[in-house]
Amino acid sequence: MVRVSHVHMSGCTGCLISFADTYEKLLDILSAVDLVYAITLADELTKVTETEDKIVIERAYPDNVDIALVEGSVCLDDHHAVELIKDVRAKSKIVVALGSCSATGGVTRFGRGGQSPQPTHVSFVPISEVIKTDFAIPGCPPSTDSIVKFLMAALEGDTDYLEIYAEFVKYKDASGENLVKQVISQGLCTGCGTCASACQMRAVAVFDGKPDIRMELCIYCGSCVLQCPRIRMPKAKGILGV
Amino acid sequence: MTKPVGEYISIIAARSTDKEILERSQDGGIVTAAYIYGLENGLLDGAIVADTTKGFKPVPKIARTRAEILSARGTKYSLSPNMSVVKDAVKEYALEKVGFVGTPCQIIAMRKMMQYPAAFRQTAGNIGLIIGIFCMENFPYNAMKTLIEQYARIDMDDVLKTDIGKGKLFVYKKDGSEPVTIPIKETVPFEQKSCHICMDYTSEYADFSTGSVGTPDGWSTVIIRNQRGKDFIDKMIAAGKLETQPVDMEGKLGMPLLEKLSVDKKTKNAKEIEHRIEMGLPVPY
Repeated sequence: MVRVSHVHMSGCTGCLISFADTYEKLLDILSAVDLVYAITLADELTKVTETEDKIVIERAYPDNVDIALVEGSVCLDDHHAVELIKDVRAKSKIVVALGSCSATGGVTRFGRGGQSPQPTHVSFVPISEVIKTDFAIPGCPPSTDSIVKFLMAALEGDTDYLEIYAEFVKYKDASGENLVKQVISQGLCTGCGTCASACQMRAVAVFDGKPDIRMELCIYCGSCVLQCPRIRMPKAKGILGV
Repeated sequence: MTKPVGEYISIIAARSTDKEILERSQDGGIVTAAYIYGLENGLLDGAIVADTTKGFKPVPKIARTRAEILSARGTKYSLSPNMSVVKDAVKEYALEKVGFVGTPCQIIAMRKMMQYPAAFRQTAGNIGLIIGIFCMENFPYNAMKTLIEQYARIDMDDVLKTDIGKGKLFVYKKDGSEPVTIPIKETVPFEQKSCHICMDYTSEYADFSTGSVGTPDGWSTVIIRNQRGKDFIDKMIAAGKLETQPVDMEGKLGMPLLEKLSVDKKTKNAKEIEHRIEMGLPVPY
């Protein structure tokens, strides 16, 4: 059984909902996934210690996890978060940044910070700034289909397919600006419009054959960067499937 | 790539049997006929088309009726961002079997989206048909405007149709007068730069692809690439919506011409890709 975990850092649980959508499908197809840790979905190994003045509840992250799906960014002001993510790295074979907050910081990083309920929590970084990350799947949240496809490829060891997600780890601040820097001004944009469709903030519109980006609406989710066929295509042509 | 025009099941010459479609279609009216057949027989519940607005400017439109599809007939040589409305078609129009037509780069974008659908929730499964068109290169709208207004001296609002063939760009006016021609060599500097790294002439990743090259005037070459494309075309033929004839596999203007143009594009653009890599410029492959 492949041991999968879902780790909740600073995020909104949207990625987990998207992941949970796949659940039935995954079990149907594979019966190969053992969800060993997912605080919101399942019970975990919880150690409760009662002392005279307090009750300590420890949720231990299990050993020997094969695929850790990490949702949310790491709050550097919260030592629990930093310790957990390091623990996850130490005990998991593959660490996946699931969703934009985890991959780029998304809204948690590029929001202004300093707001209630925790005004002291202001620094949020993508997990790849704290630990070595193997794959990053942007999207706010990444679609159910993409999580299924990713997990299937990971289970089958389809490295050709996974290459794009492995490469995405380096896009720690992917945003609409990348379309300008990496595509339009490099003479690579075909004006296909994929970015405009991918953007859920409707910050991208195709105008005169090129994307026009309203950066004030951009939430740095990186969706357009992943979907653009002129930033990266899978090297193995068979992946496109006809 | 094993074949110059990509993998395929079969290749035929075809044209629509519908007079109204042929009236203003580019060649055999295959895309229009397929969409209308799909809509009328429940194979599609909507289709993304490249319509033209004021000033002969192509814009993507989600069409759900015969009339809407008919209004978008004919090739546009500047790009309509058809991918930009894919999510709208599925989410806002609640379509479950969307027909999609596009240039090779758009078909590649579509296939990439279907394989990596991170930002496209429940979209890939709702694409009912992917039709690719042959494409050597494209012109940005403003380049087309410059060519037509400055070179051919025709106001963009008066343009009915454009066509490329026999080494010339033909511009047809709405008043029905003789088309104005622009030699292709004059248009070369106006080509979209990003087209020069494209290695696909015949939309190799579509369900079926179609274009004028390889068949006589008024007919279209149809390259059927997968089972879905084959089923669709077979049904259209059985319903009498398409008439077909074999593609000339030997003659100079038949298959050899199609293969030659495809190989020419790949050879020329492979050089450009190599050149870009030498210069340290990014390429997406």
